[in-house]
Amino acid sequence: MLTSEELQKKANILRCHVIEMTYEAGSGHPGGSLSAADLIATLYFRMMKHDPSNPSWEERDRFILSKGHVAPVLYAALAESGYFPVEDLKTLRKIGSKLQGHPVRGKVPGVEMSTGSLGQGLSMACGIALAGKMDSADYHVYCLLGDGELQSGQNWEAMMFASHNKLNNLIAFVDRNRLQIEGDTETVMSLDPLPEKWLSFGWNVFEIDGHNIDRIIGAIEEAKASDSPSVIIMNTFKGKGVSFMENKAEFHGRACKCDEFEKAMAELKEVCQ
Amino acid sequence: MKLAQRNYYGKALVKLAETNKDVVVLDADLAGSTKTSEFRKVAPERFVEVGIAEQNLIGISAGLAASGKTVFASTFAVFATGRCWEQIRLALAYPKLNVKVVSTHCGISVGADGASHQALEDISIMRSLPNMVVVSPADAYEAYAATLALAEYDGPCYMRLGRADLPVIYTEDVEFTIGKAKKIRSGTDVTLIGTGQMVNSCIEAADILEKEGISADVINMSTIKPLDTEAIYDSITKTGCVVTAEEHSVIGGLGSAVSEFLSENCPVPLTRIGTRDTFGESGDPDELFKKYGLTAEDIAEAAKLSISRKKE
Repeated sequence: MLTSEELQKKANILRCHVIEMTYEAGSGHPGGSLSAADLIATLYFRMMKHDPSNPSWEERDRFILSKGHVAPVLYAALAESGYFPVEDLKTLRKIGSKLQGHPVRGKVPGVEMSTGSLGQGLSMACGIALAGKMDSADYHVYCLLGDGELQSGQNWEAMMFASHNKLNNLIAFVDRNRLQIEGDTETVMSLDPLPEKWLSFGWNVFEIDGHNIDRIIGAIEEAKASDSPSVIIMNTFKGKGVSFMENKAEFHGRACKCDEFEKAMAELKEVCQ
Repeated sequence: MKLAQRNYYGKALVKLAETNKDVVVLDADLAGSTKTSEFRKVAPERFVEVGIAEQNLIGISAGLAASGKTVFASTFAVFATGRCWEQIRLALAYPKLNVKVVSTHCGISVGADGASHQALEDISIMRSLPNMVVVSPADAYEAYAATLALAEYDGPCYMRLGRADLPVIYTEDVEFTIGKAKKIRSGTDVTLIGTGQMVNSCIEAADILEKEGISADVINMSTIKPLDTEAIYDSITKTGCVVTAEEHSVIGGLGSAVSEFLSENCPVPLTRIGTRDTFGESGDPDELFKKYGLTAEDIAEAAKLSISRKKE
């Protein structure tokens, strides 16, 4: 089991992959990938029960990436876990690659559902959690949502469904980096007060620093003991880990250019040592 | 004798409750109308009510199917395909998940509720999705058989059923194979291809034509995708012209599917019976079928038009 310090290092390794992959592809979504890297590392290298040599293991915990555009950080975690060679990451977004711009079920070992059109992942996660209840299975379902995507109404349908059906095997995360393509979420279409909204939909709500690995671990452990579905709202920074990308909406959907790439990798390599 | 397809969908689900432990049924506040309520009575632990939330209906179905369930998800045709088309596209069709979207209350036979509730585009928008099977049975018994056949098929399907009691064409022991059309009558002058409740109208049209000395081949195209092109080819090599009939827009439905096959492979005169780029309206179904040109008489007239356009 990795310690918090080791997980932090792992998260930064994932960040390196994200910058490299998207630079190599010439496109992609590095900003949201970097903000979610600490959570993804904590799930894949500490909290989740999974077996890279047997991706369809029935007892595995399931992870659904509702904000499918941050596929690079998921692919990086899957490769680092051993689902497929790290080398393959370089094929991101290229013709013939299993690593499509957004994750596809059946194409990539370890990818549970096809996502990328925002607002759908929580419903899918509800279905998997419900199947777990029907089968008295012991797995947990983790679902990562972007904050901007909560503007989509289907999420709120799924929230009602999860609490109505007491899906306490479901834990959602909101990557609350407060930025979407057009800018500040509160300017585009305000989400606050976000914790109160989830609470009123019957969820057990945590609000934490999404870059603090100990807090992520603590919240997940507490959520697992809840009688109702839980949401962990993670306050994060888009582009976290690379100084000039942090908190910049611009890096939602564009890769680094050549000089930016060198600079970003230099910063990240320092924290990976 | 007249029977409602949806009642036999409900009966088939009850059968599946006994025979297939993986079957799970979902509905969006219309179980009493779609008859999934019959399944709920016998297997409440495998029935899921999602409320009036069709997009969520599809997402939850996808999650259940990804966990090994054979899922039937039902509501009215307009909502089952229109409200959640993109959810069906991404969550079901793309990953080829084992979910059967079965709608009831298709077409103008919905009657008094009016255009908001009359799906005339559902075949079109489902047919255009890769990996999607599209089924439209002709009567209640075929709907029963089709439901059982869909449960055996591993992948996404759309089946459209009507609300009203429909004339019975088949007997209880009718079989259903996905992708296989059924020949109903043999003729030599024109091919009438119907789907859904229009199959019976094609039979009536064949009777009208027979009185005028015209011999019609009648085909029940109960699977629209994949289309049984062999059945079409065999028939038109004999008759040389076609009429298609559907309770659906002529844009994108059965008529389009048949036309695509014919024009690329073996062009022959084709006349399409269906709604002509228009919404429906409130009214008695019989009145609506007359007003929108979907009667047996309309099919018979279309047959004569197709015949007249044949090259000598």
